[in-house]
Amino acid sequence: MLNDEDRIYTNLYGWESFSLKNAQKRGDWDNTKAIVAKGRDWIIDEMKKSGLRGRGGAGFPTGLKWSFMPKESNGRPHYLVINADESEPGTCKDRDILRNEPHKLIEGALLAGFAMGAHAAYIYVRGEFYNESSELWSAIHEAYDAGLLGKNAAGSGWDFDVFVHRGGGAYICGEETALIESIEGKKGQPRNKPPFPAMAGLYSCPTTVNNVETIASVPTILRRGGAWFAGLGPNEKNAGTKLFCISGHVNQPCNVEEEMGIPLKELIEKHCGGVHGGWKNLLAVIPGGSSTPMIPKDICETVHMDFDSLREVGTALGTAGVIVMDKSTDVIQAICRLSQFYMHESCGQCTPCREGTGWVWRIMKRMVAGNATVEEIDQLFEVTKEIEGHTICALGDAAAWPVQGLIKHFRPEMEHRIMEYRKSAA
Amino acid sequence: MKKPFDLHADYQPESFAFSKAREKTVAEIIKRYPEGRQQSAVMPLLDLVQRQIAEEGAKANPPYGGWVPRAAMDHIAQILDMPPIKVYEVASFYSMYNLAPVGKYLIQCCTTTPCWLNGSAEIVNTCKSHLNIGMDETTKDGKFSLMEVECLGACVNAPMVQINDDYYEDLSPESMKEVLDLLAEDMNPQIGSQKGRKASMALSGPTTLKDRAKKAKVV
Repeated sequence: MLNDEDRIYTNLYGWESFSLKNAQKRGDWDNTKAIVAKGRDWIIDEMKKSGLRGRGGAGFPTGLKWSFMPKESNGRPHYLVINADESEPGTCKDRDILRNEPHKLIEGALLAGFAMGAHAAYIYVRGEFYNESSELWSAIHEAYDAGLLGKNAAGSGWDFDVFVHRGGGAYICGEETALIESIEGKKGQPRNKPPFPAMAGLYSCPTTVNNVETIASVPTILRRGGAWFAGLGPNEKNAGTKLFCISGHVNQPCNVEEEMGIPLKELIEKHCGGVHGGWKNLLAVIPGGSSTPMIPKDICETVHMDFDSLREVGTALGTAGVIVMDKSTDVIQAICRLSQFYMHESCGQCTPCREGTGWVWRIMKRMVAGNATVEEIDQLFEVTKEIEGHTICALGDAAAWPVQGLIKHFRPEMEHRIMEYRKSAA
Repeated sequence: MKKPFDLHADYQPESFAFSKAREKTVAEIIKRYPEGRQQSAVMPLLDLVQRQIAEEGAKANPPYGGWVPRAAMDHIAQILDMPPIKVYEVASFYSMYNLAPVGKYLIQCCTTTPCWLNGSAEIVNTCKSHLNIGMDETTKDGKFSLMEVECLGACVNAPMVQINDDYYEDLSPESMKEVLDLLAEDMNPQIGSQKGRKASMALSGPTTLKDRAKKAKVV
């Protein structure tokens, strides 16, 4: 288990106020200008050394991403955009940072912004998080009043502004280019890449989009050194600490910061009081938010919670939103509900996704009842394959994977449901 | 996919104007974005409209909740110098802008898988039977509207609902009824966890940072 002294988020649960005074007592904004004084290259290098990978789901190395920004501005401003559009079912970690640790995020924004030559950051908070965005705004105002933002932010010589932009209730805006469109005042429909945001993002200017947890981890990493962060976790590609959200059929659902690579079983047993009815009652786990394929109990026994371990068993760490299902769960219905989610959230731009997510949901609804043929399971799989990889953004893939995971691990259950339906119909 | 809406529905008011105080807010919002990029303010302004109308609706008899009439969208188009259709597009794309009147308290029940696993169906049924309305309906007294929504991002506090700006978490049918009863009297129920836990911490107490928890008098 992670030692308390290695935790970044010491006020995760909001035991203390989020205010500047309290945040400073916890170590935030401590001599920030000294970090800035070390220079852009040092910061990016240190981030690369830390091994931090994006905490929003895709897991792209953060230092590398920052290094894609042009070294010199050609007159166009650079932007840092922070993705707080947390909407992936099973995920509720960024909310805790926004409401309880906003100063880590704001300080991280200044450091990241400086490293990529940006003088402004926009934090895109999902619209439903109204109270959280109000708290974030008040933390930002505190930072301005204390001279930590604005002209010569924190005495660093770097001018930096931070703004909050509230979303309007659209999952797709968590996709970075849809998010950019949304800040520009348009429908949140993803853009084709290239050009990548680092070349042409917000207002066609060089932009980097990072997740809340990624940015909020930056100040601590830079203070304690990349080597400290890289020393946590099983290896350099799966380094550091991670916020896990464990929901569903556990006795004590909670958010917790743990070391990357913690065994799934330990995470559930130590922090969540175990599965309803004990470990033997476990059916399956969706390990990284709704988009990641579920894994059945036998894989859960031994799997470790990091990028590569989960990839090896055909799923992903994603956002580390762990959804636990015990044996009482109608697993077909659980995935069917996710299919409904993706149908609702498809932006409608690409035909395979717009039409396909509806197809998948309608077949899934019949699978729940058993009102289908066994061949239709294959057809369902084929439909998901027609969506996957055939759309501008990854929402299509995200809609396909949960269903593919279901078929891979619970096909007998689906077939059984169909047989039962036939029997009762006859 | 968005609900359809009728720009010519008979409940559309003739005109809309921001209040004096909100006109100042409008100017502040526009200043958050670079010059010439004022279109970026369209979402915050739609939200501002909805809040102003909710404020008026709270005092009306029968009461109503926040929504965005067409006249307000046209007004925003004018302020931001953009074609009205671009405002309609945004308003109809995002689920949080209500394009028809709703009740004073808009109950949004999360029913996505993490909430569903923890009994969101019961919470939905409790709302329906306690208020005697169905999904997407409003009570006759104009107080409550009921909606089913997708994941609201409070999964470890499931099941939960959002009512106007506030989250009510760790619900049971009983606590759901209590919240509704208090709102029916225009009282303020405790927001957040209905089981009294702090944020996303385990209900039985923290498993980490125990020294800090002691200092903060959490345990």
